[in-house]
Amino acid sequence: MRIMIGKIGEWFDHRLQLAAPIREAAEHPVPRNTASWFYVFGSAALTVFLLQLVTGILLALIYVPSGGEAWSSLQALNHQVTLGWFVRAMHGWGSNFMVAIVLIHMTQVFLFGAHKYPRELTWIIGVFLLLMTLGMAFTGQIMRFDQDAYWGLGIGASIASRVPIIGPAVVKLMLGGPIIAGATLSRFFALHVFVIPGMLIAFVGLHVLMVLKLGINEWPMPGRIVKRATYEAQYHALTSKDGAPFVPYAVWKDMFFAAFIILAIAACAYYFGPFGPTGQPDPTIIQTAPKPDYFFLWLYALLSLLPPSLETPFLLICPPLVILGLILLPFLSGEGEKSWKRRPIAVITVLMIAITLATFTRMAQFTPWSPHMNAWSGDPIPDRYIHGTTALERQGALVFQVKQCRNCHSIGDTGGQRGPALDSVAVRLTRDQLIRQVIQGGGNMPAYGNNLSPAETTALVAFLETLHPETQSPARDGARDLVLSEGKAQSATQP
Amino acid sequence: MSSKPVMTPSTEANLSRRGFFMKLGILFNGFAAMVVAVPVVGFLLSSVTRGRASGYLSWVPLGRIDEFPEGETRLATFRNPNVMPTDGKTVDTACWVRRVAGEKFQVFAINCAHLGCPVRWFPQSGLFMCPCHGGAYYRDGARASGPPERGLFEYPYKVENGLVTIQAGELPTPGAAIASLTGEKPPCAS
Repeated sequence: MRIMIGKIGEWFDHRLQLAAPIREAAEHPVPRNTASWFYVFGSAALTVFLLQLVTGILLALIYVPSGGEAWSSLQALNHQVTLGWFVRAMHGWGSNFMVAIVLIHMTQVFLFGAHKYPRELTWIIGVFLLLMTLGMAFTGQIMRFDQDAYWGLGIGASIASRVPIIGPAVVKLMLGGPIIAGATLSRFFALHVFVIPGMLIAFVGLHVLMVLKLGINEWPMPGRIVKRATYEAQYHALTSKDGAPFVPYAVWKDMFFAAFIILAIAACAYYFGPFGPTGQPDPTIIQTAPKPDYFFLWLYALLSLLPPSLETPFLLICPPLVILGLILLPFLSGEGEKSWKRRPIAVITVLMIAITLATFTRMAQFTPWSPHMNAWSGDPIPDRYIHGTTALERQGALVFQVKQCRNCHSIGDTGGQRGPALDSVAVRLTRDQLIRQVIQGGGNMPAYGNNLSPAETTALVAFLETLHPETQSPARDGARDLVLSEGKAQSATQP
Repeated sequence: MSSKPVMTPSTEANLSRRGFFMKLGILFNGFAAMVVAVPVVGFLLSSVTRGRASGYLSWVPLGRIDEFPEGETRLATFRNPNVMPTDGKTVDTACWVRRVAGEKFQVFAINCAHLGCPVRWFPQSGLFMCPCHGGAYYRDGARASGPPERGLFEYPYKVENGLVTIQAGELPTPGAAIASLTGEKPPCAS
C-alpha cells in the first residue's frame, strides 16, 4: 500500500515538480528564538481567513443576495436549514476573530521592529491586508441585510456625500442608484464575495511569499541595530549558525494556536450563536437605533463626540493620513533599534491607540450621547422625588415626564444621559437660571420656550427646584434676596 | 520534444520584424481593451450618469390633504419612483409631514442631517430626536441641538386636487439633489 502511494506521488511530482520547492520552503532555517508563541498570529490570521472562505462558500449555498429575499434567506439559515445557524455563527465569529487577530499580528510585528529593512514591502502589503479585512468586515455587515445594515449604509452614504464636489456621485456609485435598495446589496455582495476576497488571496500569497524569501524577523535584541549595509549578512549568519528548520522546529506552535483559534471560534459560535439578523430592512419601520458591529463601534463613538464643525474634515482627512502614515512608517524608521525595550515612543503610541480605541468602543456600548427614546413613557420618577411635594411641584414632575425631558436627563439613575443628571440640579442652578435654561436652551439643549406654556414652565421649574440632596440647600441668587427683603410688596406680584 | 532546432534570430532584419509584430500585437490588444472598456466603465458608472441625465427625482403622492390635520406632524410613507425587481421593502420610504396651515406644508426626510439615522417626532415637546448620535430638531425642522450642522432635509411638495405630492427619489444626504432643493419655494405652494 505504501509503495503504491509512493509511486502515485512520484508520478504526480514528475509532472508537477512541486515536492522539492515545498520541502525547501518548509525546512528553510529560521532563527531559533523565533519559534515563539509571539510569532503565531500571522499563521492564525491565515487560518481564520481559510475558515472564512469555507464558511462563506457554505453560506452562499443558501443565501440570496437580493434586497427582497436576503433577510428571509438568513432566517431560513437560522431556523430551517440544518446547522445553518452554526455556519452563520462560525462566519460571524470568524470575522470578529479575524479583525482582532490581524490587529494583534500588526501590533506584534510593529513592536518587534519587523517592518524595518528589508521587510518594508511586507509591512505595506500587510497594511493593505488590514484595510481589506476591515472592508470585508464592513461589507459582511451589509450581507446581514437587516435594519442595522440598512441604516449603516445610510451612515456610509452620509459620510461619502461629504466629499467635496464628487460626493453625490460617490454616493450613487456606492449605492448603485439613488437610494439604498436591491442594487446596493448586490454590489456589496460582489465586493464581499468576489472582489475583496480575490485581492485578499493575491495579497496574502505575496505576503507569505515575502516572509519566505526574506526570512522571518529574528527576535529583536536591544542594541542589535539594523543597518542596510550589514543586515542581510548578519541575518544569514544568524540562520546558518543558530538556525533550525521551520518544519517542525517552529511550526508546531503555529499549528497548536491555529487549532486553538478554530476551536475558540466554534465555541463562541456554539454558545453565543449567530449575529442577527435584527429587524427587516424596511425603511418605514423607524423604531430602530442602528449600531455598527464591534470593530466599528469606536468610529460610531467618535462621530458623536467630535465637535460638529470638525467632523467632516476629520472624516475626510484623517483616514487617508493614517493610511499614508502606516505606509510611510517603514521608510521613516527603516533602520535602527528593533527591540521594543529601546523604542519607548513606539510602545507609547501603541498603548495610546489601544486605550483610545478601547475607550471609544466601551463608550459606544452604552451610548451615553443617545437620547433614550422611551424613557419619558417608560421610566417613572422615583417615589422619593415626589414624596411630600406640593401640587404645583407634582404638576411640574408631570411636565418633566410628558415633555420628554427624561429622554436626555436621568433622574434616580434612569433616563437618558445626553444631558446632565438632574438629581441635584437645584444646587447648580438658581430659579432664574433654571427658567432661562428651559426656555432658551443652550449648551446642547434645545429651547423649550415655544413648547411650554408659562404655567407649565412655572410648574416644571418648581419641581426642578426640589431636586437637591437633603444636606445641601438649593442655589440662590444673593442679589435676589436683597431685592426681596427691600421690596416685599413688589416680589409678591412676581410669578 | 521535436528534433527541430531552436529558432534563433539570424539577422537584424528578422529580429525587428518579430519585434514589430509583437509591438503591433500589444497595440492591437490595447485597442481591443479600449473598445471593451468604454461599455464596461459606462456600465459601472450607470448609477451616476443616469442621475445626471434624466435625474432620479419625480413627484410621488403621499396622501389626501385631509389625512394631515392642521398644526400636526404625521408619519407618511411613499414608494420610491424607481423600483427594481430585487428591491423588496427597501423602496418604501417614510417621511414626516407637517401641515402648518391650509395648503402650507413642510415635508421632512426621515433621515437625520447628521448621518442619516431615522429621526422620531415627539409632539409633546415639539422635537424631532435622532436615536443614533442625539441630534434634535424643532417642529419646523430647524436644528435644535446635537451634532447635525443643519436642519432636517425637506422635500419640495405641492398640493393638487386635494393630494399632497412630494418630489422624491433620492436618499437625502448633505450632498444630494434633495438637499440642494431644500429651501426652494415649492412650485405650487402659492
